[in-house]
Amino acid sequence: MSVLVYINSKNGLHKSAFEAVTYGKKLGDVTVITTGALSADQLATLGNYGAAKVLVDRSVEGEDDQQLTRVIASAAEVCSANTLIFSHDLVAKAVAPRLSVRLKAGLISGAIGVPSTDGTVPVNVFSGKAFGHVKVNASRTIISLLPNSIQPEENGSACSVEDFNGNAGSAGVKVLSTKKPEGEIPLPEAELVVSAGRGLKGPENWGIVEDLAAALGAATACSRPVADIGWRPHHEHVGQTGVAIRPNLYIAAGISGAIQHLAGVNGSKVIVVINTDSEAPFFKAADYGVVGDAFEVLPRLTEAVKKFRASGH
Amino acid sequence: MKILVCISKSPDTTSKISFTDNSTKFDENGVQYIVNPYDEWYALVRALEIKEANGGNVTIISVGAAGDEAVIRKALAIGADDAVRIDTDPTDAYYTAMQIAEYAKSNGFDLVLTGKETINYNGSQVGGMIAEALDQPFVSVATKLDVNGTTLTLEREINGGIEVVEVNTPAVVSCAKGMAEQRIPNMRGIMAARTKPLQVVAPVAVDQMTTYVNYTMPNAKSACKMIDPSNMDQLVEFLHNEAKVI
Repeated sequence: MSVLVYINSKNGLHKSAFEAVTYGKKLGDVTVITTGALSADQLATLGNYGAAKVLVDRSVEGEDDQQLTRVIASAAEVCSANTLIFSHDLVAKAVAPRLSVRLKAGLISGAIGVPSTDGTVPVNVFSGKAFGHVKVNASRTIISLLPNSIQPEENGSACSVEDFNGNAGSAGVKVLSTKKPEGEIPLPEAELVVSAGRGLKGPENWGIVEDLAAALGAATACSRPVADIGWRPHHEHVGQTGVAIRPNLYIAAGISGAIQHLAGVNGSKVIVVINTDSEAPFFKAADYGVVGDAFEVLPRLTEAVKKFRASGH
Repeated sequence: MKILVCISKSPDTTSKISFTDNSTKFDENGVQYIVNPYDEWYALVRALEIKEANGGNVTIISVGAAGDEAVIRKALAIGADDAVRIDTDPTDAYYTAMQIAEYAKSNGFDLVLTGKETINYNGSQVGGMIAEALDQPFVSVATKLDVNGTTLTLEREINGGIEVVEVNTPAVVSCAKGMAEQRIPNMRGIMAARTKPLQVVAPVAVDQMTTYVNYTMPNAKSACKMIDPSNMDQLVEFLHNEAKVI
């Protein structure tokens, strides 16, 4: 089976790209389609995750949804792909639905695993409170995979890289400017996340959260009330109406664990809850619990992590 | 400016989620339906603000059976001019999007707004599908939207940042937090909503591309292991040796 994997290589290659290629390899022979300026040598490393070939359309620099749709559709025709794989990021959310219409393909978005023997693909539904098992009734399938849903698998090989003309056409959306915080780990892709809520009492107290995140190499997140009152930026808000994440480790301090918050984080592999209230509902969803004051526990945990990291981990 | 706002019903955010008929159907028993928050708080309210500033018309569209009219009236109470209900059960995002695109095509809107996703199926699919069917640009997950004649200036989330973009109408935009503030309908709005035009339109024939075969619930967590707050070395040790996450 011919599988086409779209990789966003605009900011280099990230783990989510390796996950998508690994996922594609489990389903068939993988051709990667990408755009932009990344060197052929760098793109060839996708062979390590199972790609047989990378097609790159150098004429497209940005992330225009109509241009990407045309390029990916051309690539799907060229390699007769009956399955397309995306990482479920903001580009996929714009482009995969368009391709579904253009290619008359069934779209499964937010997949959290590989297809099972009955052909259904597991996805998050009800904001992570349940899983749906979806099958496609069309001859083509598009799957967009939630980050951190599978482990990248390496095989040590490189692959060929070919320039490709996907007839991108003109962009419908004109980009005026971009604001990008430097050096931050994108929250949906982060493997380790430190999060805090109203228990921190004010934005000036976030230093102890950032210190722990820095010691761990984690991203920071927050609960909805904290984003709503402007203590933290909206893109850090995890929960039902914020971002849904599935890191390996989610540490929550001063968050009681309302059902809407749990919806955004219950895909996490391990949850640590720190709260002064031993009756906080979040403890029911936690793997490890600490009943204590975040202002004392977080700095102590930061010191313990620093000691652990200093010992060579 | 003629604006079409797509709304979907979704279970109240506090709803307990369970399934029936051998885990093949969402159990609606005791579930309160609301207008999907992204559709209401951001798409609909911003559409109304644009109309209040520039004039024009705001139409609500929803794909659903007659029972969904209560949810449509809730949205009308916030302040749209009229509403359209495509009279069919929405089977999947593609089916829903094609119904809306068909109506939009024959009625000509400058701007189609959706929420960035629904809180029940979380697909983020319908907006992009409508845009492709209408061959219009699509700005997804927009957090700000300003109108100047036929030019839209928007802010949207991109991977790891924010982008300021410009696009000409007609266009499709999916709306996220930041675009507007929730409005609570007042008594006058609720009364007026009762008599606002709600047109019922027959569906067009569309293939169902995907099927939700069944549903499962996450495994229950085993009991939470409590750690002494003075002994964070022990927590680190558990995270390393037992949970193997650091």
